[in-house]
Amino acid sequence: MNAFSLKIVTPDGLEFDGQAEELIVRSTTGDIGILAGHVNCVAPLGMGRATIITDGVKRYAACIGGMLSVVDGKVTLVPTTFEWADEIDTARVEASYEKAQKILSNKDASNTEIKLAEARLRRALVRRSVASNK
Amino acid sequence: MAGVSTKEIKNRIRSMESTKQITKAMEMVAASKLRHAQARVLNSRPYFEILYSTITDIVNSNSDFSSPYLTKREVKKSMYVVIAGDRGLAGGYNSNILKLVTAEMADKNVTVLPIGKKAVDYFRSHGVPALTETYAEAADVSIGDCFSIAKQLTKAYRSGEYDEIYIGYTNFVSVLSQTPATLRMLPLLQEPHAEEATASDILYEPDSTEVFEQIVPEYLGGVLYGALCESRAAEQAARRTAMDSATQNADEMIADLSLKFNQARQAAITQEITEIVAGS
Repeated sequence: MNAFSLKIVTPDGLEFDGQAEELIVRSTTGDIGILAGHVNCVAPLGMGRATIITDGVKRYAACIGGMLSVVDGKVTLVPTTFEWADEIDTARVEASYEKAQKILSNKDASNTEIKLAEARLRRALVRRSVASNK
Repeated sequence: MAGVSTKEIKNRIRSMESTKQITKAMEMVAASKLRHAQARVLNSRPYFEILYSTITDIVNSNSDFSSPYLTKREVKKSMYVVIAGDRGLAGGYNSNILKLVTAEMADKNVTVLPIGKKAVDYFRSHGVPALTETYAEAADVSIGDCFSIAKQLTKAYRSGEYDEIYIGYTNFVSVLSQTPATLRMLPLLQEPHAEEATASDILYEPDSTEVFEQIVPEYLGGVLYGALCESRAAEQAARRTAMDSATQNADEMIADLSLKFNQARQAAITQEITEIVAGS
């Protein structure tokens, strides 16, 4: 299979820089799969699992926010947070999940609090599902 | 006579020594903080750069739609996000960035968003209206805060509250050199000499307006975080240099005073001997 050059950078540093055969990410409108020779494209990212295939090996990661750009065959993924499945801190995810649930079950929570808690819950669910199927 | 002056000199040496201890300790603290901040800058730089170049690429190659983020408006109100330090004793770090920003916004109608205690205090005493003073601790501002600031600013920009948004920060060039700078965050303008259509047929998913709607706040947050990392590292570097030279100055003064002290002591002894010899 043809490979393309892929770069994944987050505010915490360079997560991946090399050749990949396939990249599947969740954009705001659904999953997008990228193969070598993809047309130039820009898409904002949603929250979801990213799949990267290098040398026939699949790797999963939780990828949240940011954007994907393909320019002249070079693929750049610029997510806000990006964690490989085996690097996810499950204890933290559970704590975050609990906290979000608690706020959501509180009837006096303000609108912004609920919005933040919903986002937190969604992030926790994404991380949990990615971590569970390494 | 001589006794009094040696005592005075001794006191001065002692106080100089305690000052030196303080500056030395501050230097060491700054050096260790600098190491962390420097590592963070180096980590976040590729993100910052790729984000910036991707956005510039899109902006330059794009001509078929007019997003509010891309069009220049008549400037009635400007927004400046200014990042300074929380504490003084960092050489020219705070005054350099504040001076630069003040000069730039001299004849504009400006609202600021100060980050860091020094920036908050400065704009308060100069009567510049501030959007919020919640970010008085630059060291506590997290990446999440950066994104919520970015969201708030893009919203205000869209609703026409501000017609341009700038950020004032300090570039961490190296441990010995930091330069204050301002960067326009919005609107995103095409460079006049940009190469025509480097990637003119970009596929926007789902469509260009939507893409910009999503990406611009993200971009702003990223740039803000990058600028914050740069500024923090620059602050520690500036403080380290300032405290290093303060320690050196203290060393020099102590050497100078010790010499004077010894001279005075010697003079007193000589005088005493002369008195004894003359008396016998």
